[in-house]
Amino acid sequence: MSPALSLTAIALVIAATVGIGLFGLRISRTTSDFYVASRAVSPRWNASAVSGEYLSAASFLGVAGLILVYGADMLWFSVGYTAGYLMLLVLIAAPLRRSGAYTLPDFAEIRFESIAIRKICSVLVFGIGTLYLLPQLQGAGLTLRIVTGAPTWVGALLVAVIVVTNVAAGGMRSITFVQAFQYWLKLTALATPIFVICIAWGSVGHSGGVLDALRGAGSEWAEPLSTLAGREHPLYATYSLILALCFGTMGLPHVLVRFYTNPDGRAARRTTVVVLALLGMFYLFPPMYAVLGRTFAPDLVETASDSVVLELPGRVFGDGAAGDLLGALTAAGAFAAFLSTSSGLTVAIAGVIDQDLLRARLRRWTGGDYVAVNSFRIAAVLAILVPYLVWTVAGPISLADTVGLAFAVAASTFCPLLVLGIWWRRMSTVGAAAGLVVGGCTTIVAVLVNVADVELSGWADAVFAQPAAWTMPLAFGTVIAVSLLTPARIPRGVARSMVRLHAPESVDVDRTLLP
Amino acid sequence: MRSLMQDQLRLALSVIAVALGVLGGIPLLFALVPATRSVAVFGIPLPWLLLGLVVYPMLYGAARYYVRRAERIEAAFTEFVGRR
Repeated sequence: MSPALSLTAIALVIAATVGIGLFGLRISRTTSDFYVASRAVSPRWNASAVSGEYLSAASFLGVAGLILVYGADMLWFSVGYTAGYLMLLVLIAAPLRRSGAYTLPDFAEIRFESIAIRKICSVLVFGIGTLYLLPQLQGAGLTLRIVTGAPTWVGALLVAVIVVTNVAAGGMRSITFVQAFQYWLKLTALATPIFVICIAWGSVGHSGGVLDALRGAGSEWAEPLSTLAGREHPLYATYSLILALCFGTMGLPHVLVRFYTNPDGRAARRTTVVVLALLGMFYLFPPMYAVLGRTFAPDLVETASDSVVLELPGRVFGDGAAGDLLGALTAAGAFAAFLSTSSGLTVAIAGVIDQDLLRARLRRWTGGDYVAVNSFRIAAVLAILVPYLVWTVAGPISLADTVGLAFAVAASTFCPLLVLGIWWRRMSTVGAAAGLVVGGCTTIVAVLVNVADVELSGWADAVFAQPAAWTMPLAFGTVIAVSLLTPARIPRGVARSMVRLHAPESVDVDRTLLP
Repeated sequence: MRSLMQDQLRLALSVIAVALGVLGGIPLLFALVPATRSVAVFGIPLPWLLLGLVVYPMLYGAARYYVRRAERIEAAFTEFVGRR
């Protein structure tokens, strides 16, 4: 891999990101612009932006790395990341948009009329966002280390600084264009090397041998439900992973914020359909890197599996111009992945810190002499500084596994809140709070067990490595049981809320909330 | 209003039931019929073909179907209640 070429490519991605961001700055003026691009983004742009924001370090590097090591079972990661949008579409897309809320805590307050639930949601958004930012920073550090040999903290810090600058300067408006651009950049960066390799083989007739990795020797790798590397109870782990990914997507803070940029409920649905197509197209490629990696870079299985996407072009083409160019392309794509997901997360977390923690305090400290936008900027700095410090303390982590845990937390907290909140009239305020606390506490224990690398074996290991299969039903059960026990605490305005959530925009109904 | 919600919920739950039934059936198939873990179709092992390629058009198709039905339910509701 040629450092100069790769660095140039990464610099171009950064320049384009900041450039489009500055362009956005000139048209983002009000607070509403800052958060959700004034809700004037068309479904196609928005779908590209949703996908661009969603395809993180875990998707671009992590999935291929996991498949390279653990084989066919890990194909579920990319399937689950996509299927999550189908669940989001059918369960919450249109009602959530019609609720008119900016963020998850906003939704909780509108539906449950409770400041306490709003606060719990804010804390959870911050927690999930931080957990999700760790692998982005790690991926950035890894990429820059492979390209230049610099220590990992350099890449992580670079991404953190660029994201804060961009978010604080332009907010969501600039982010929308940046994200849409970055989806297509990532797809190109991932697909081009594969096509070039196929064309090169077509001309020399050297395509045999690669598929051997899928058959014959080492076939345990190629088969599902394997127990490679001490992962026991594969059937349980597979089902738990499917649940976490399918139902965790709808609870991710950066995914939800994106949905408020649709003009209405119908557009929210149509956007999601396009997103499913874009994601399906993208996820065709990571497994190909893993299969090629088994043939051309088998040493990475033991050493640095998360870097297979970056290393593969150089391994296939050697040190020639083709390998250098394609290597630079994948490095650029990887940087696009860190930048876009981190930006989206930072906007989402910063919005919550700003509204729920910072603004009231700033007003008190400065005696009302402050500007709302400045509070958001301070929040943006905090939103990425905390994950950076946590990452420095926690040390190296597996990219896709950590993201999997963030999905499990989301599936066990926000998923019950949203799904039952939108479809079940008898959900009480106490039930909602109990579900968030039970789901949040159980999954956080599982996260701590994983991050702290506690030695477990057998079922204990399986149950904590993939917690969603028990924490999610537990959270749903808690909400339902507690709600049935506390019918007096059903929000007064539930009938109005339901009209607001479910009535199509073309119908003339009273959408106001109770005073 | 209640009937609109019921229709939408029934549609959503049936799409989820089919999607999770199909997705959840795949590991079960591999568990119950071990031969399917390595059988090759068009030269590619079945799990890789299913999970790497075939599921994506299916998910997209399910989404298209859902949106068409959901918009039809809303159109009928709008017709019934009266336009703005």
